[in-house]
Amino acid sequence: MAFESLASKLQETFKKLKGKGKLTEKDVKAAMREVKLALLEADVNFKVVKDFINTISEKAVGSEVLESLTPGQHVIKIVNEELTQLMGSAQSKIVFASKPPTVLMLVGLQGAGKTTTCGKLGSALRKTGKKPLLVAGDIYRAAAIKQLQVVGNQLDIPVFTMGDKKNPVDIAKAGIQYAESNGHDLVIIDTAGRLHVNEELMQELKDIKQAVKPTEILLVVDAMTGQDAVNVAENFNEKLGIDGVILTKFDGDTRGGAALSVRAVTGKPIKFVGMGEKLSDLEPFYPDRIASRILGMGDVLSLIDKAQQAFDQKKSLELEKKIRSQQFTFDDFLDQLEQMKNMGPLNQVLEMIPGMNQKMLKDVDIDDKQLAHVEAIIKSMTKKERENPSVINSSRKRRIAKGSGTSVQDVNNLLKQFEQMRKMMKQLSNPKKLKKGKMKFPFFG
Amino acid sequence: MSQEKKKGFFARLKEGLSKTRNSITEKVDEVLKTFKKVDEELFEELEEVLITADVGVQTSMEIIERLRKATKEQKISDSSDVKELLKQIIRDMLELEDNTLKIEGHPAVIMVIGVNGVGKTTSIAKIAYKLKNEGKKVLLAAADTFRAAAIDQLEIWGDRIGVDVIKHQEGADPAAVVYDAIQAAKSRRMDVVICDTAGRLHTKKNLMEELRKVFKVIDRELPDSSREVLLVLDATTGQNAVNQAKLFNEAAEVTGIVLTKLDGTAKGGIIIAIKSEQNIPVKLIGVGEKMDDLQEFDSKEFVDALFAE
Ligand SMILES: Nc1nc2c(ncn2[C@@H]2O[C@H](COP(=O)(O)OP(=O)(O)O)[C@@H](O)[C@H]2O)c(=O)[nH]1
Ligand SMILES: [Mg+2]
Repeated sequence: MAFESLASKLQETFKKLKGKGKLTEKDVKAAMREVKLALLEADVNFKVVKDFINTISEKAVGSEVLESLTPGQHVIKIVNEELTQLMGSAQSKIVFASKPPTVLMLVGLQGAGKTTTCGKLGSALRKTGKKPLLVAGDIYRAAAIKQLQVVGNQLDIPVFTMGDKKNPVDIAKAGIQYAESNGHDLVIIDTAGRLHVNEELMQELKDIKQAVKPTEILLVVDAMTGQDAVNVAENFNEKLGIDGVILTKFDGDTRGGAALSVRAVTGKPIKFVGMGEKLSDLEPFYPDRIASRILGMGDVLSLIDKAQQAFDQKKSLELEKKIRSQQFTFDDFLDQLEQMKNMGPLNQVLEMIPGMNQKMLKDVDIDDKQLAHVEAIIKSMTKKERENPSVINSSRKRRIAKGSGTSVQDVNNLLKQFEQMRKMMKQLSNPKKLKKGKMKFPFFG
Repeated sequence: MSQEKKKGFFARLKEGLSKTRNSITEKVDEVLKTFKKVDEELFEELEEVLITADVGVQTSMEIIERLRKATKEQKISDSSDVKELLKQIIRDMLELEDNTLKIEGHPAVIMVIGVNGVGKTTSIAKIAYKLKNEGKKVLLAAADTFRAAAIDQLEIWGDRIGVDVIKHQEGADPAAVVYDAIQAAKSRRMDVVICDTAGRLHTKKNLMEELRKVFKVIDRELPDSSREVLLVLDATTGQNAVNQAKLFNEAAEVTGIVLTKLDGTAKGGIIIAIKSEQNIPVKLIGVGEKMDDLQEFDSKEFVDALFAE
């Protein structure tokens, strides 16, 4: 492929550029041209690419180039991060109805892979303890009902059909009734493929939606779709209100830019990807893995990963040394806060810390406003105060409170907690002394 | 922190999209109106029109480069002439001597191949219907023995059109189905056998190997017959269609493309790249789901549609 070598092109672009430091507007512009071509070549929609590039450029200009990375690699790092963020940071699951049965309705263009996906989805969700029923709602395509029956048969999942002479709305309604009286807590409705511009057939889907109020409407999209993906996704979403997307035929060699286009125009998550023709070939979609595929430069990204790790390691070594010698200062703390903010919403950051889990975090009320207070207080301290908090007497406290728009009590609290944290860190750095039991997370307890 | 920013991005994008959703013609005309003089910006905007039609970045850049040169050479200073010139360039690229299906021998063979869901079976039905109307005796071979109910699907079409279908069980060897179909066609004095095949991603080596096996049977049984190998491409497909064409061509010497689903909003611009890189012509286009929704490819109409609704 022509643009497989984006990485080397970027290298070329930046060859003349020796200095590190901050990225200039000129650097970024040159790199963005290459990124733009790569995204277009991956079938990301033109308009989506344009907007995306604008967002990235703003981010990249003036940002500090990570040590051990070239400016070009640094740009890719930013692109990768932004892409991942846009795709959604976490894997998105099917949301089941609080009152069964959960009704899933699969919609999409002709040939996208809906019927096969109905089977795959039924089989995957059965593994989580659901009792699925497939409903044959494609009365138009030759042998579509038979196809679903064969799939159901292979999987040993029952298929509800009323032949191809009844209207799909009635079939869907009757299917759900059947599920209710036969103990199925999951109904998956197959629908006929249709063009997003076919008003009559789109109306039919609206009617089904109106009649059965599906728990989720899932748009099935061929991963090889080109520029038109935005029209398709936008139309289905506007007319029906979709809840998620399933990408099919992802086991080929497509770069899959449609994933980005669809996500960008609908804002809806991609929940599953079809990875083969076997009925077990359905996988959860991990948004953080798509960037390297779309950009087509897995090797550069792993290099960036390593650089980031090395960078983090160096920083944490420094920090550890400071903690050991109890030199951890308010400046370091501010640094940490800054880093945390860059990583995303605090709750999510904390979840990533080994040993932390949802339950523990339930009691930790992390308020971003509270954080802002903490930051303001530290920033109102002098350099000397930050390095050595013990010099902070009551008149200094009043000054800090005033400067940060907080109260002396707030300042006192922070100082107290900071002292506790230092002690705790000392303990942490000496595992033998570490007591079992509750650990309070500094400042957020 | 990200939530707001994300929304902002989506919102902006949506606005932008609804603005650009009007037809490509309007866009071109708009472009041409805005730029009375022929300048760099004009070429850039035209390139954008091509890219959004799935022509692909590289091919689009090449086409615009040619346009740029031709504009200079012909000393065109009025932008309204540029559109015609652009159309002419693309038409020239797509030109082919003869796009009629070759049907010679007893029987002739038409193999229909492509990835999953592109419209192979439906296209076969359409082609069978067309050939039957031209007075040919047609036999269908249900060699998609893999996909659930694929055989039933072809049989239903056979019934509708009034042509016979040779079939085995699901899971049978496709080469054996084709062999039987050829023998039946010989003894029934059929003019042409059209073989349906299972959809396969071009990247699956073993499935491409399976195709080769089917071709060996045809080589052996019908050495003197004409053979059309039609690759079915979905017009909605993006740049991956180039890979599809390349790998299928390597495995099967594709003689023509059937471009389906042109009744949607996709333009199928990718065939320009395929024609210029692989020299595979488009012979037929699919414009709907009914048996008469098949047309012969016409480069003029296609290019007009590329710049129209
Ligand atoms: N709108 C439209 N749909 C088509 C066209 N050709 C095929 N289809 C539909 O695409 C879907 C897949 O077609 P099929 O022939 O089963 O594809 P195959 O898997 O390649 O054999 C079916 O729903 C067809 O009705 C076309 O030209 N236009
Ligand atoms: Mg088929």
